[in-house]
Amino acid sequence: MLVLTCPYCGVAAEETELHAGGEAHLKRFGPGASDEDFTGYLFGRENPKGVHFERWLHANGCGKWFHAARCTATLELFGTYSAQLTEPPEPIRKAISAKRPGWRWREFS
Amino acid sequence: MSDIPASALNAARYAGYVTVAEMGPQGMITIRGNLRSTRFRKAVADATGLTCPKQRRIERKGDIALAWMSPDELMVMCPHADAPALAGAVMAALEGMHSLVQVMSDARAMFSISGADAREVLAKLAPVDLSPDAFGPGDLRRTRLAQIAAAFWMEDTEEFRLICFRSVAGYAYGVLTNAARPGGEVGYF
Ligand SMILES: [Zn+2]
Repeated sequence: MLVLTCPYCGVAAEETELHAGGEAHLKRFGPGASDEDFTGYLFGRENPKGVHFERWLHANGCGKWFHAARCTATLELFGTYSAQLTEPPEPIRKAISAKRPGWRWREFS
Repeated sequence: MSDIPASALNAARYAGYVTVAEMGPQGMITIRGNLRSTRFRKAVADATGLTCPKQRRIERKGDIALAWMSPDELMVMCPHADAPALAGAVMAALEGMHSLVQVMSDARAMFSISGADAREVLAKLAPVDLSPDAFGPGDLRRTRLAQIAAAFWMEDTEEFRLICFRSVAGYAYGVLTNAARPGGEVGYF
């Protein structure tokens, strides 16, 4: 059972209070984009075994979206952070590095 | 059409090892805006006569209560007949500030869950730590009640109030009364 702390209401919410929103930090490519960029935006996903970044919705709660960094292999949670950030903040990266030295995810490390 | 307000379950009441009662028509006003703004908080406080609640808390004075719902949402609970005038006062106080004030009284149902084991009945239905150390009077939580969204708070050590959408009031009453049935005591807390 995943327990994620919502950064907006401070609740340590267990999985059934939340709704998964898929991979985090996608860059949208819309009208005028190349076919390659648009395809990547629609279908290109990381699907890693290990460190991963996701969007979650506190659906049965305060109703806010937020970001979570976790390990898909162990379900270990590294931290949650604001939905307004376009990349993982330093404290989250540090928390991951402490447990998974040398991790990489897309352009982040 | 009748002008007399009617609640979802007409004040249905069940006395199990905990008492579950639908509370009849209740006034509820949704307020949205930037709760980090001191000016916003002061305006709401002046209009309602209550201090703006902290995160996941509810403030009460007499028959008016002010609840923290999210970083940009508050809810006022008051007598059903008082809601339009009170909403008008809040709206006037927030004049010129980015905000929304709306009377939502008839959108929801409110329940009272009371008795020495009230926290146990809710603990059967919601994924919330309801131990006395973790949840006490004045604390509020939006969560899941079995399969529906709901919010509840503690009025005092033996009474919870719960709100859910009116359309699922029958479901809420069903799961609450089932959890409060004599013979279902757990005695965990
Ligand atoms: Zn939340």
